[in-house]
Amino acid sequence: MKEKIKIASGQGFWGDLIDAPYHQVMKGEIDYLVMDYLAEVTMSILQKQKNKNPKLGYARDIPELMRRILPTCKEKNIKIITNGGGVNPIACADAIIEIAKELGIKNLKVGVVLGDDIKDSLDEMISQGAELNNMETGDSIKTIKDKILSANVYFGAFPIVEALKKGADIVITGRTTDTGLTLAPMIYEFGWEKNNYNLLSAGTIAGHILECGAQSSGGNFLGDWESIENFAEIGFPIAEAYPDGSVIITKHQGTGGRVSFETVAEQLLYEIGDPKNYITPDCVADFTSIKLEDMGNNRVKMFNVSGAKETEFYKVSCSYSYGYAASGSLTYSWPKALTKAKAAEQILRKRLENLDLHFEEVRAEFIGYNATHETLAKKLNEDDINEVMLRFSVRAADFKSVERFGKEIAPLILTGPPAVTGFAGGRPKPSEVVAYWPALIPKKLVTPLVKIIEA
Amino acid sequence: MIDIAHGRSGDKGDAANVGILAYDDNGYQIIKKYLTVDRVKKHFEGICFGEVERFELPNLRALNFLLNNTLGGGGTISLKHDAQGKTLAAALLRMEIDTGE
Repeated sequence: MKEKIKIASGQGFWGDLIDAPYHQVMKGEIDYLVMDYLAEVTMSILQKQKNKNPKLGYARDIPELMRRILPTCKEKNIKIITNGGGVNPIACADAIIEIAKELGIKNLKVGVVLGDDIKDSLDEMISQGAELNNMETGDSIKTIKDKILSANVYFGAFPIVEALKKGADIVITGRTTDTGLTLAPMIYEFGWEKNNYNLLSAGTIAGHILECGAQSSGGNFLGDWESIENFAEIGFPIAEAYPDGSVIITKHQGTGGRVSFETVAEQLLYEIGDPKNYITPDCVADFTSIKLEDMGNNRVKMFNVSGAKETEFYKVSCSYSYGYAASGSLTYSWPKALTKAKAAEQILRKRLENLDLHFEEVRAEFIGYNATHETLAKKLNEDDINEVMLRFSVRAADFKSVERFGKEIAPLILTGPPAVTGFAGGRPKPSEVVAYWPALIPKKLVTPLVKIIEA
Repeated sequence: MIDIAHGRSGDKGDAANVGILAYDDNGYQIIKKYLTVDRVKKHFEGICFGEVERFELPNLRALNFLLNNTLGGGGTISLKHDAQGKTLAAALLRMEIDTGE
């Protein structure tokens, strides 16, 4: 058994710094590179791409990244784990194999985790007793069934572990939990048992620290952010994991950012609910058990983690069509910038009313004044306000109403309050709104499949 | 609050999660005492339209709040500029408290 392994986070979401995984591989020693590409919105986008072209449906940054890092990863035996397979992990694996062939890399094994995509078997699942009611509202899935665009089960770490056991150098999954990507190599390398919930929870929490990329190494830090050095070359976090479940969070030497008690603790609180019951497919982790010790020099030790048995259910996320939305904006300058923006809002509302358009929601916000903190924003004297951007948004079930709204923004420049600018880029176009339907499904109804493809 | 604590916020459906962390033990005693459910609910009047849930993490000198019915329908549906509640931790830290010290 290895004494320790280093797991590096290469991506916090699809759209994160393109070069981050490259730097993780090149700037120091690591054993694993893990990359989270999937947000809920990503799955529906990928499903649409796959509908148009059966060879698409995965994070298309991956093949180009592989071209840059594969030779080094193969040479240094760095394994890569990512959920960027999206709704088409096989196509993603095939694309990687192609790149490997072009680069002349031999004996490459790509593990693929399948079985999370249940879109085509929803009826069967329901007939077998899966209710799939909305976890938050309790509504029946029948209310949206005709509008479903994608439906995926969140798998945990164990299918990835199986792929690693079969010799995979790279593991590509569809909808796998962000935390499972980091936990899997610990289970595999240290032989952690399926019922050792304290160890599984330790690896899960390490995964939570890594899953948002640099958000644990100084990025988006609300504490003393101005003292953080070199954001431009921020180092992404690395988990140095030990067999006893202790983990040291760090980053490569010479990179920017900071790993401290505060930066790690802030990330621990990100998007959690009840801290005693952080539910994943692998375990239920207790965030109140975590001990953090700042060792200095960008090293923070995490230990003492406990957790409990996993639940009988997987989480399912369905995406479905929910009409259209658009936003437009105009900027008003001093004098009386806010009064002008508010007058423009009223004019626009009246014009939309006169057009007899029907919106589910209409919203006006005043950027530069109170768009983020609303009622909590400091009240300013009108004369102290230099400018205000009016952001006007609508959402409707039908495309036409939203499209018609888009034609009403620019006319305000010549037909409303003065000293207005900032209208560029054409009319706001309606974008399709995709909503989410979180549900639970009994684990026995779904089976993960692991396939190995060799170059 | 901004003098004794930092924080991070994000979305969980239509609820916002707001984590507040004190810089030291004394600060934790203060946030634990003053950041009650009622006080936080009142602070976010006109922003949070649902129940406020509160959780303690003494190990991190932190409190976690869930502000239900806050994000205008949640992630993709919301028309809000801050649809994911990313700035709400800072909004909570605007709170002023008188500890009598």
